[in-house]
Amino acid sequence: MSNGVTGSERTAETGNGQPPLPAVSGDLVAGTSLWQDAWRRLRKNTMAVASGGVILLLGLACLVGPTVLFAAAGYDAQTQNLAQGPQPPSWEHPFGTDFYGRDLLVRVLVGGRVSLSVGLLAALLAATIGTVYGAVSSYAGGLVDTAMMRVVDILYALPYMFLVIILVTILGKSLLLLFLALGAVGWLLTARVVRGQVMSLKEQDFVLAARSLGTPGREIVFRHLIPNTLGPVIVTFTLTVPSMILQEAFLSFLGLGVQPPQPSLGSLINDGANQMLVFWWTLVFPGGVMTVLLFALNFLGDGVRDALDPRMRT
Amino acid sequence: MTRYLIRRIIELVPTALVIIAASFALVRLAPGSPFSSEKEIPPEIRRQLEAKYGFDRPLPEQFVRYVGNLLQGDLGLSTKYPQRTVNEIIAAGFPVTLSLAAVALVWSLLVGLTAGIIGAVRQNTVWDHTAMTAALIGISVPSFVLGPLLVLVVSLRLHLLPPAGWGDWRHLILPGLTLGTIYAASIARLTRGGMLEVIRSDFIRTARAKGLSERLIIWRHMLRGGLLPVISYLGPAIASMLTGSVVVEKIFNVPGIGPYFVDAAFNRDYFLVMGIVLLYAFFLLLLNLIVDLLYGFLDPRIDYS
Repeated sequence: MSNGVTGSERTAETGNGQPPLPAVSGDLVAGTSLWQDAWRRLRKNTMAVASGGVILLLGLACLVGPTVLFAAAGYDAQTQNLAQGPQPPSWEHPFGTDFYGRDLLVRVLVGGRVSLSVGLLAALLAATIGTVYGAVSSYAGGLVDTAMMRVVDILYALPYMFLVIILVTILGKSLLLLFLALGAVGWLLTARVVRGQVMSLKEQDFVLAARSLGTPGREIVFRHLIPNTLGPVIVTFTLTVPSMILQEAFLSFLGLGVQPPQPSLGSLINDGANQMLVFWWTLVFPGGVMTVLLFALNFLGDGVRDALDPRMRT
Repeated sequence: MTRYLIRRIIELVPTALVIIAASFALVRLAPGSPFSSEKEIPPEIRRQLEAKYGFDRPLPEQFVRYVGNLLQGDLGLSTKYPQRTVNEIIAAGFPVTLSLAAVALVWSLLVGLTAGIIGAVRQNTVWDHTAMTAALIGISVPSFVLGPLLVLVVSLRLHLLPPAGWGDWRHLILPGLTLGTIYAASIARLTRGGMLEVIRSDFIRTARAKGLSERLIIWRHMLRGGLLPVISYLGPAIASMLTGSVVVEKIFNVPGIGPYFVDAAFNRDYFLVMGIVLLYAFFLLLLNLIVDLLYGFLDPRIDYS
């Protein structure tokens, strides 16, 4: 990125198109980059940091929890043990057991793993498609831009969830295809955000400089324009993750997502809702974990937005 | 204004055509057929069935015929429910879904606007923090968690409202609240943000300077600013209320359009899937148009020419 202005250089201290100020000693000139600035602001946001901690803890628990519980107590998420019936929470089974005698804690953790991975991967896919699409559309400009954005408008006009349902029924009900379907439909917002960013970026001098050096268009888009849109993309990404998790659970709740005996938070909540009158814990624990997870992700997303959004800068 | 409206409506035509073509392609090019699911059907009966629905013709011809029927308001026959036309199924289910969405919309606007206004007017006070934390919790509780919990507490423990079913107004309340809460939370956040953006602008200062009462400033001037982001959110929000009601209809056993759609997608009930998708798509296009018009009404700076 020798001749491009990266995100870290785009600060108040070094305006675009100007040579960097000579390095005088001391902190006077050693400016903070956009990212350092954002990181500092994020760390000051206690609730966002706490949410980040909760997410890390939950993620870690989902990652190693099932293995540990299997090693320690022999619980696993799928083996049925009817003798263990549905039991209310106890020291042995902190979340109780489900109708088939499976430890609910293990099932919630495995389900959380599904939710987190589908959410992250689908949001990542959506962010990638949206960023490339938006940047290419905006950089190309003219008729290409109009046509590409009309496609986005049309997709916006299609009922989103119905599209995913059709895709899931076409592609089949597997975890991989689920995240593909969610990601394939969820990139529209990112595309619009990135397009708006690139619209103003592409008029700037560093793009003109790159072009006059004969840099091919593809390189300008990928090396110079896209890196500069990362801020808004990250903000959109962090807020897409919880909505993807919600949609995976939505589909699993309808029986269209992860298939039994494999648990997912959505299908666990569905099971729990069907028997909540007698076995309240089968609804309360998966629902509670889901809510806490979404709450923490939303709070962190808000924090990231406040930290990265230039309009909020003081 | 009239010219703008006419131009927008003319612009809808190609968009609508592309939507019809795209959903037709998506639904028809999918593997499987409406008659392939359950037991094996003898080839000659199958041929007869395909002839009845016109599936034996080449796809482009089917498409032209479908669009032709569509223009006459005929959405075709259901393959899953051979006795019923798609029009009948939609006519039976869609009003139910619509009334659910209407209750959800009223609830979300009522709660959302109130919380948002309190948050903005009392910025950085306990009121503000409480309202915004509540809003964030509201966004994070999925409808399929909130719904069963409401049933558990309100219906089964307190016996205040029926837990499920359809009939009179009491059946609307719990599903409506379940569906609307998440949007109430978003509306609260948008209202607060929008009002805070105008709260320090010159026209508010002018209003204060000429001695307007604080109440008038809030209601006449600040709220306008607060409403702009809410208005543009309402289009997609109502659309997602309509689709989101699939889950709520399942929880509360409400005979809306949602369960039909999931069923139809599974059984490759081509015309029913298409019918519902197109219904929602046109609803969405219409909503977006209304939103754009409302926008100009609220923000006189927008010029339509």
